Amino acid sequence: MAKLLEIRWHGRGGQGAKTAAQLLAEAASSVGKYIQGFPEYGPERMGAPVLAFTRISDEPIHLHCHVTEPQIVVVLDPTLLAKGDVTQGVPEDGIILINTDKSPAEMRQAMKLSGRKIYTVNASRIAEETIGRPIPNTPLMGALIKITGIMSLDALLEDTQKKLAKKFAGRPEVVEGNLKAVRRAYEEVQGE
Amino acid sequence: MQERIALTGNEAMALAMKQINPDVVAAYPITPQTEIVQIFSDYVANGRVKTEFITVESEHSAMSATVGAASSGVRAMTATSSQGLALMWEVVYIAASNRLPIVMPVVNRALSGPINIHGDHSDTMGARDSGWIQIYSENTQEAYDNLIQAVRIAEHPDVLLPVMVMMDGFIISHAMENLFILSDQDVQKFVGEFKPHRPSLLDVDNPVTVGPLALYDYYMEFKRQQAEAMRGAKPVILEVAKEYAELTGRKYGLFDAYKLDDADLAIVVLSSTAGTARYVVDELREKGIKAGLLKLRVFRPFPYEELAQVLADRKAIAVMDRADSYSAFGGPLFTEVRSAMYDAKKRPPIVNYIYGLGGRDVNLDHIRKVYNDLVEIARTGEVTQLVNYLGVRE
Repeated sequence: MAKLLEIRWHGRGGQGAKTAAQLLAEAASSVGKYIQGFPEYGPERMGAPVLAFTRISDEPIHLHCHVTEPQIVVVLDPTLLAKGDVTQGVPEDGIILINTDKSPAEMRQAMKLSGRKIYTVNASRIAEETIGRPIPNTPLMGALIKITGIMSLDALLEDTQKKLAKKFAGRPEVVEGNLKAVRRAYEEVQGE
Repeated sequence: MQERIALTGNEAMALAMKQINPDVVAAYPITPQTEIVQIFSDYVANGRVKTEFITVESEHSAMSATVGAASSGVRAMTATSSQGLALMWEVVYIAASNRLPIVMPVVNRALSGPINIHGDHSDTMGARDSGWIQIYSENTQEAYDNLIQAVRIAEHPDVLLPVMVMMDGFIISHAMENLFILSDQDVQKFVGEFKPHRPSLLDVDNPVTVGPLALYDYYMEFKRQQAEAMRGAKPVILEVAKEYAELTGRKYGLFDAYKLDDADLAIVVLSSTAGTARYVVDELREKGIKAGLLKLRVFRPFPYEELAQVLADRKAIAVMDRADSYSAFGGPLFTEVRSAMYDAKKRPPIVNYIYGLGGRDVNLDHIRKVYNDLVEIARTGEVTQLVNYLGVRE
């Protein structure tokens, strides 16, 4: 793993970009990594484009500035691709992970993108089928750890289980659905 | 026993408040402090604390109720930000002059106008002469640690002054980071049982007057004692830090000097930006440039002697202010650091940078530019532009 991994999450208000950025950070923390997870706060409201960030490192993180050159970008909503450049600041060998029903090759063509590595997973459909709501954030975490190897699937499942069990006490089906979603996205994510 | 977890700054502050378990909290929500009050009210509702939680209609009332509670002889806290602190204003001064050991997290946020919710230090810098002890935190760990120590500092018989503990709005308050936390029992043991320093207002057998009228007959004696209490706070802050280090292994002082001993170039800065600056110091050190950093933790009382001592041998110093004082001179930290250096044997050139107002990002390139300027100032011994605005459109 790189000394410092920086991830930018592109979503729309209500899709859980902030939650994903912080859940992933928390999960990485649980296996001993140093982390930061924070959203960018603008005048956000339901449906408006929002950004969130995760930093993960094997060493303490002192930086308290914005993430401007993320190695990884996660796009929670493919309609955002038409609204400005999600690849801004991403290095040539960076990774773009998109929640879509299209393949990486189709996305590359649609985005007219050169360089970088594209991964896709239909996180919304997975969430719909496992959790019952098209909230793509937890499955995308599964896809992300598959791509990056930040942590093992088991460690992510264990931490997610712990966190969600607290948040959704008395609703075990929500917890179970989320865990299934993480596992499925881990298995179904496609690269080029 | 300490546990390593991940929390946002607001969650860490709320947790510290829960572990302190104050008798009374009176608070009003304001961005970006809201979560502290919200999470703490959950602790109250779930019976996790014995605190009497008073919901009030404004920050003026929040501080008034906190002052009332503290005067009745209990441990009382509140929390605020920006306009909330501004609305508390007159009662903030009363808390200090009545010598009430109130502890208050302040999540730093710019003051209006224009309306802005993001982090800068204009709110608490405005309150620097209110008589409160002011402690600034770099990250979630420090916010948590400082809040716990603040209780002991405030209530120390040599001090008896209110303490505000700061962290940067959003940059820290809403950012999740790793930190080590203590057990509830350890925090309880550390802060100890609250011992009222004078008879309670409710003690009818020992009547006292709190907040009396004092004109030119006695007002000045009150103020003189208040000033003396602030002087007395410095050794207490260090004493409490020492005891806290024994418990946690984490050392705190009046400031944190990073690679400063042999540094030619030094930045003086508060709060979260110190972390970003530390990164640049390491980068420059690898290139053989003698860069250092002084992160001030305690702004009130202002440790002018200690600062002068560690800064005197530098060849050039930049003081970074996340607030302007509109004195047509420089930022508040700058003028005080510069004044502290007046009595130093050597007086290195000092330059001021106002940065990050309204939450404007200060990134590695900004800090690199400051050190770069310092290289030139150290070479020539001259400051051509005393006050500079970093990352602004001119």
